[in-house]
This record gives sequence, structure tokens and C-alpha cells, in this order.
Amino acid sequence: MKQSIPINKIKSYAIDRSLKVSDSSIKQSSKFNLFLVNTANVFLFLGKVFKNTFSKNFEFKEFIKHCFQIGNKSFGLISVTGTIIGLVLTIQSRPVLLKFGAVNMLPNMVAISLIREMGPVITALICAGKIGSSMGAELGSMRVTEQIDALEVSSANPIKYLIVPRVLAATLMIPLLSIFAVSLGLLGSWLGTNIKGDLSFTLFITQAFSKVEFIDLIPAIIKTFFFGAVIGLVGCYKGYTAGRGTESVGIAANTAVVTASFLVILVDLIAVQITDLLL
Amino acid sequence: METTTTNKQVISIKNLKKSFGDLHVLTDITLHLNKEENLVILGKSGTGKSVLIKCIARLLKADEGSINLLGEEVNDLKNEELEAIRKKIGFLFQSGALYDSMTVKENLEFPLRRIRKELNETEIEAKVKEALENVGLEDVLNKMPSELSGGMKKRISLARTIIVDPEIMLYDEPTTGLDPVTAEEISELINSIQKKYKTASIIITHDMECVRTVADRIIMLKEGSVYKEGSLKEFEDSTDPYIISFFKTKKQN
Repeated sequence: MKQSIPINKIKSYAIDRSLKVSDSSIKQSSKFNLFLVNTANVFLFLGKVFKNTFSKNFEFKEFIKHCFQIGNKSFGLISVTGTIIGLVLTIQSRPVLLKFGAVNMLPNMVAISLIREMGPVITALICAGKIGSSMGAELGSMRVTEQIDALEVSSANPIKYLIVPRVLAATLMIPLLSIFAVSLGLLGSWLGTNIKGDLSFTLFITQAFSKVEFIDLIPAIIKTFFFGAVIGLVGCYKGYTAGRGTESVGIAANTAVVTASFLVILVDLIAVQITDLLL
Repeated sequence: METTTTNKQVISIKNLKKSFGDLHVLTDITLHLNKEENLVILGKSGTGKSVLIKCIARLLKADEGSINLLGEEVNDLKNEELEAIRKKIGFLFQSGALYDSMTVKENLEFPLRRIRKELNETEIEAKVKEALENVGLEDVLNKMPSELSGGMKKRISLARTIIVDPEIMLYDEPTTGLDPVTAEEISELINSIQKKYKTASIIITHDMECVRTVADRIIMLKEGSVYKEGSLKEFEDSTDPYIISFFKTKKQN
């Protein structure tokens, strides 16, 4: 990755041209320069990942391995969380709907909130924590222990071998986990309605999907692919570009989670705006 | 600036410079490595020894100067050309750098499957066995790196490096962090590999016992440039206080 311009270069440039530059403005410009370099590095990284995704000799075995790790190992957590979210949403909404005499709208309302928002976003946030941090820490420690350098000298392209399978696995698995979370959320919701009422599962599902249209499903599914890609890319970038000390592994894992979570929310906002404009 | 390697030389470096921001690590390095030679690069920590061999393998890109590796200018190579030339070099990392998600067997197979694509499964198995025999560790095939001791990790790492029959070996502090007996064994191993496979090697170290065992020629670095070059005897007979400070252990003995 590129280095920032050292402060002394800026100083000598200013002196050569008889310019008066204070130390604080030199520091500011150095910070701004670092910001630009980092931004450029992000785009260079994205470019490399994109190029290697469509190049020959795809690491299929690694892809399957990471699909299994991301999908299978998040299964339990997503199941429990999905069910609880559905249950909680139902229990919380019931009294309000009861006041308006609209309790029969409960399954429908929960289904729409789960499908459009709660399912995808909660799944993505959990995965940002679980997968983003593990990618950041794993690749960060591989960087610190020179395993990434060892890959390079073994003529293995680390982007192709380490990054592309992880990013693609996250992009594919998070939508599946999200669909799974929504399904279990609906089951949780049915359990919730049966705490204080009596509703058969068939009737619950019929009511839940009575107002759900394709237009609710498609944007929700599409955005989960973006959530997956963002989580994979951020986790991999933070780990891959980690510094050399052991401290940097922690920093990589931590910043991966924070950045991925923030970007998931940002992508969600953009997706909602686009969907709103189109519909 | 371009340099060329002669028939005898496999690496030729001229006026190499490398900085990290304000920190000038390599200020001016000119050296060469001959065929079938063990060249030891000596120097205090922070003099840029590891940076130098990382520049040779282009794990770091030099700022200025020329590195000619087997007739190719390393700094000018495109990705595919770089991959091709890296197939001819072996790099033993200071930490061993074994892939900790893979077993010893998978670690050894990894470079083989990528660099020696022409080999079939039986040949790969034979190569793995041979590499493990070379380092004297035949019974750890299915162990994970975390189950191995420091010395064993270094040996396996060495086996992984030599398994693809490199022409040039780059050793980054091969004996650091090992007990004296294991360190001596690793030094002997470097010699035996050099004799068996006729490799040319650059060994970066500040372990004087290792230097005495393996060195055909020594280059001492100081403040990012070559301070002195010569044979082991020349270094041991030197009256220069800086050099004596490295070699005094023997004089005390």
C-alpha cells in the first residue's frame, strides 16, 4: 500500500517556494493526505477483489469452506435471534393494536416489518459482529505472522485465495441466513400471538402474507446481498491491511465490526430511499 | 538504473534505497549473491536486513535502485512475471509463517500444488515425504502447527520452502528464538540443503554460531548501507570495534 507524504517533504516544498506554512496546517494537510491515500487504497483493494473475482482458477474449495463456516456456524445464533425478534415484536405490538381494535392485523404487520426491515438488518448486524470480526482477526493475525507474505512467495495470490472466497461466501450466505431469520421470526410471532390468543399456524401464515407482495420481498432480498458484500469486504480489508504488531489484530477486528455495522445501516438507508423512489 | 547478473551471480543489487515515511531504512545497498553460495547478512536489529530480503522477493517495493534476480529486474516485473520468478525462490520467514488452519501435510502440499502443477498425487506424496525426511520430522504429518514446538515449526517451514526445489533461498533469522542445540541443528540443515540442492542462499542473522556454521561470505550492514564485506576469517581478524562487538563471543571463549 502507498505511503503518506512525509511532513518534511511538505516543509521543503513550502520553503522552496518561500511560502509561510504553520506546523498545524502541515499536520492538517498531512492528515488530509493520509485520508486521501487511505481512500485510494480502499478503491484499489475493491478493484483488485473485483478483478480477481472474475479471473480464472477460482478457489472453489475455499469458497465452499467459507460458506460452511459463515452459514452453518451462524445458524444457531440466527435461529434464536430470529425467533426472539418475531416473538418480541408480536408481544410489544399487540396492546397498541388492541387499543385500535386492529389485533387481526398483527400477523400482517409483523410479517411486513420482519421481511422489509427487521430480518435483514438484524441478521446483517449480527453477522457484522460475528463474521466481520472473525475475518478481521483471522486475516490480521495472518498478516502479523507473515502467513500472507508466505502465500505471496508461494505464488498464491492472497486476494484470490483469501479475500474473494470470503467476500463471495458472505454475499451468498447472508441473504440465506436472512431468509431463515425471517422464517423463524414468523414462527416466533405465531408463538407470540398464541400466548394471549388462539390462532392456528395456517391461519396465521395466511393472514401474515395476505398483504405481503412481491414488491416487499424483492428489494429486501436484494439489499441483503449488499449487506453480505459490505460485511465481507470490510472484514477482509481491515484484516488484510492490518499493521504488523499483535495490537493491530485487535484493532482490525474492532474496526471491522464498527465499520461493517455502520455501513450496513447506511446501505439500508440508501436501499430504503431507492425502493421508496421506485415504488 | 539497470544491473545485470553475470553467469556466476544469481542476485545483483545496486544502490538500493527504501524508506518508510521519514524513516530511511536502506540508504544505499550494493551487493551480489553467487551461485551455490551462502551469503550471511549481519547487522544490528533495525539496520534493514529483513527489509532488504523482502525487497528481493518484492514483498516490499524498493524506492530506488536495482535488484536483478536471475536476470530479471524485480522492480519492473508485472504480476504474472513476478509469480513466475517467485517460483524459483524460497523464503524462510522469521516466524515460520506456517498456515495455522492447515495440517503439516496440507502446509507442505500447498506450494507444490500451486508451483509444481505437473505433479500427480503419488509424486506429491513422495515429495512431502522427502521434504520431511530432509528436516528429520517424518511423524508429524497430520499435526496442526499449534501442536509443534518452535524448532519443529522452523523445520516444517524449511521443508515447505525447499519442497519446490528453489534456486535461491532467503532465510530471515532462521535461528532466532530457538535454544542453542536446535539453532545449531537448523544451521546444519541450511548447510546440508545447500549441498544437496545446490541452492544459493542469503541468510539474515545475528546469531554468531549460525554465522560460523553457514557463512561462505559475510556482509555487514550499518545504518542502511553495506559496512564491510569479507570472509568469516577477515571478520574474525578485524580490529574494527563495531565488528569486534559482534564477534567477541568467540574471543571470550
